[in-house]
Amino acid sequence: MTIGDRTPNPRAYDAVTGRTRFADDLTFPGMLHARLVRSPHAHARVVAIDAAAALALPGVHAVITAADLPTPFGVIPWTQDEHALAAKARFVGDPVACVAAVDEQTAIRAAALVDVTWEVLPHVLEPAAALAPEAPRVNELAKHGNVTKSVQLAFGDLDAALAGSDAVVAASYDFAGSTHAALEPHCAIGQWDPAGGLTVVSTTQVPHYLHRELARVLELAEDRVRVIQPPLGGGFGGKSEPFGHELCVGKLAMMTGRPVKLRLTREEVFYTHRGRHPMHLDVRLGATRDGRLTGCDLRVLIDGGAYASFGLVTTYYAGQLVTAPLRLSAFRLDTTRAYTNKPPCGPKRGHGSVQPRFAFEVTVDRLAEALDLDPIELRRRNCLEAGERTINEFLVRSTGFRDCLDRVERASDWKRKHRQLPFGRGVGVAGSFYISGTNYPIYPNEMPQSAVQLKVDRSGKVTVFSGACEMGQGVEAMLTAIVCEELGVAPGAVRVVTGDTDLTPVDLGGYSSRTTMMAGNACLRAARDLAARVAEVAGADWRTRPPVEAFRVAEARLGALGAVGSYDTPKDVHGAYRGGTIGASPAYSFTAHVAEVTVDVETGQVRVDRLWVAHDCGRALRPQIVEGQIEGSAYMGLGEALFEEQAFHPSGLHRGPSLLDYGLPTTLDTPDIVAMIVEGGDPEGPYGAKEAGEGPLHPSIPAIANAIHDAVGIRLDALPFSPARVLAALTPRPTGRS
Amino acid sequence: MRSSDGSLIEVHLTVNGDAVRRAVPPERTLAELLREDLLLTGCKQGCDQGDCGACTVLVDGRAQLACLTLVVAIDGATIETVEGLQQRGRLHPLQAAFVAHGAAQCGFCTPGMLLSAVALLRASPRASRDEIRAGLAGNLCRCTGYVKIIDAVEAVARGDDEEPAP
Repeated sequence: MTIGDRTPNPRAYDAVTGRTRFADDLTFPGMLHARLVRSPHAHARVVAIDAAAALALPGVHAVITAADLPTPFGVIPWTQDEHALAAKARFVGDPVACVAAVDEQTAIRAAALVDVTWEVLPHVLEPAAALAPEAPRVNELAKHGNVTKSVQLAFGDLDAALAGSDAVVAASYDFAGSTHAALEPHCAIGQWDPAGGLTVVSTTQVPHYLHRELARVLELAEDRVRVIQPPLGGGFGGKSEPFGHELCVGKLAMMTGRPVKLRLTREEVFYTHRGRHPMHLDVRLGATRDGRLTGCDLRVLIDGGAYASFGLVTTYYAGQLVTAPLRLSAFRLDTTRAYTNKPPCGPKRGHGSVQPRFAFEVTVDRLAEALDLDPIELRRRNCLEAGERTINEFLVRSTGFRDCLDRVERASDWKRKHRQLPFGRGVGVAGSFYISGTNYPIYPNEMPQSAVQLKVDRSGKVTVFSGACEMGQGVEAMLTAIVCEELGVAPGAVRVVTGDTDLTPVDLGGYSSRTTMMAGNACLRAARDLAARVAEVAGADWRTRPPVEAFRVAEARLGALGAVGSYDTPKDVHGAYRGGTIGASPAYSFTAHVAEVTVDVETGQVRVDRLWVAHDCGRALRPQIVEGQIEGSAYMGLGEALFEEQAFHPSGLHRGPSLLDYGLPTTLDTPDIVAMIVEGGDPEGPYGAKEAGEGPLHPSIPAIANAIHDAVGIRLDALPFSPARVLAALTPRPTGRS
Repeated sequence: MRSSDGSLIEVHLTVNGDAVRRAVPPERTLAELLREDLLLTGCKQGCDQGDCGACTVLVDGRAQLACLTLVVAIDGATIETVEGLQQRGRLHPLQAAFVAHGAAQCGFCTPGMLLSAVALLRASPRASRDEIRAGLAGNLCRCTGYVKIIDAVEAVARGDDEEPAP
């Protein structure tokens, strides 16, 4: 195996044989099962909890409430506004008590016997209403009304830029909230050992952050806490912050002395959420007659749900991440996240920036129409170049966006299709960029963001210890490829150990598309350090012989063979303004999509016939896995475009918290997706690599929206593009081609 | 189905070729029996309400959702799970194709997807791409966009030579 070849993912063998051990596949002797008691009200104070009947049920071991876990927590140190068990429920489904019993059935029965006396409070579900002065106060952390965070930034002279434009398009968009729906529901198992401390096995994308919060909330020294993260059955951001249920199993294990497992039901996963924020977006975008973009004015109202989650970051991302791949001469953003009495929103694949990307790219399409320019050509005329800074001062060291546009244009036969297909069929284009990790960690510290340890055995086996989070995106394959490339060993001689805070050095987690950049670089440094030491004693030509021979020579001369490598981000590639660090990344990926759709004007149904996706990931370390990320991203965007919505009744009850009602795309809804890899190399990435896991989602939705316009002449500015919305927009029939 | 005195009901099954005899309560699902009693955790529970297909196993050769199947209703049945697909330590051609094509990402849907594909190709060994799409429509995958899964099944249906997996 070397960098860039198509050797299969080493983890695939476990996957196809059913041997992958996910969290819920683990059982321990004496294990209890826990169940949360959840609020039936969108906003209600807990007056009293009577657990006597539950505790009297044979087999029940413990019932805990807010008083047992009084320390607030949250992923971002400045907005710790959650309690493992709430004293005031802020959404339907907010947990207020937790029961542990001998088996799941008993726990379910006991949870129903926990008697909660509620004082029901007025609730508010919509962000605009939540910001009104008379609105009920959802979350006491808000300094003003129900505002989680509000950001106003301006770059360049927007008014002058728009005044000097030949065309200015203003449009408003409503992005519906959606959820991750990873197929594996969240599951956590707590184990207490009076000598060793607490071990929590959990479906988490952030073992390190969970480790910190467990220690803090349960008042344990950090060296008395171990977090084990088994392979995840998908994450997509839905498992990327500490959760109350993880703290509950820790507490219950400490109280009972028994292992305690808590597995969320699918319905509970819909309420736990932390998915895509609904946003209302107002955009104004100007251009000169010859197709130079001028200024962009972006105002966004963000529906945050009941808690902050990553909301502070979301509020920046919602504005800051539209400033590439197209160059702007002026930019103003005004974004506000409001608390509402709904399940908390958080980071879903393309955190915070998929929504403004939809609004921006559809607005660019409108502008192209107004200027009578081809929308690909309009984008070409405005591409940022490598080495340039965005208007908000992010340094773009590499960009393959032009190549991405060329590739999708050619592959889709764009020039013969756009504005030329028969009525009912159309093509649309969109582009985007995304971060490869963030330069600044969630909590301020000067330690590396990722570290890797290598151990070489005299058998020839190399073990890689990394705290990076494997969730199917190919961490193990990526690290294996780097070790094989640098040390000349075969893939079968590499063992990768991840996701255990006792065994592996810290990695900050599987979020913000940071893993290849950060764990990859850390691994590369460790491997090169090791190779250099082997070369010193075994000779510079050691790679021409079986590596095990050189390893033995090196071990004989140097003692036990190992190496460490770590990676920290550049800190000089952002603006000096407040918030300028948020969105600053070591490298940015670029993507272009063309979607081809058929719109049935009788039923309003939109069918996506094909998606062409070109993604600049710098260098594809594992091309097959990169393609999988591109295809999966495009599919996930398609689902949001056509079907998905976290929708609620006026009471705050979810309208359909099941995989069937929610409406995920099946094989029949998903077209063939043509994934094209663009490689230009980035100076910061390992072998030039950048992210591939989130960027390719962004253009899916606007490309489909623009294709629908090309097909039938309607602009759908609210998601999802359901048959009802299509039919409503088609009546009265617009003046389109016929 | 609950016996009048609330006692357990004895059932006989053949699971991956092994005879299994168990006394179960009438509400015991096949998914629970496989995962909890037999430790065949390749059968995944993604929703427990028949929506996701991750618990798909073969019951007398037919793809069936283990989470909606009561054990007492299939007394005498022959069950095949993902753990039984390998023969003498060699991957089933579909398993090998899933590996070669990168059809598994997180792997949570993979066992159910494989068993649906096994049932499909047994009924229709030369299934077309459209038939494969229809045959797998009951199995959700959130990682792959289905592309490489369909590629893998199609390769087996076409009889393409797959790299034998170790």
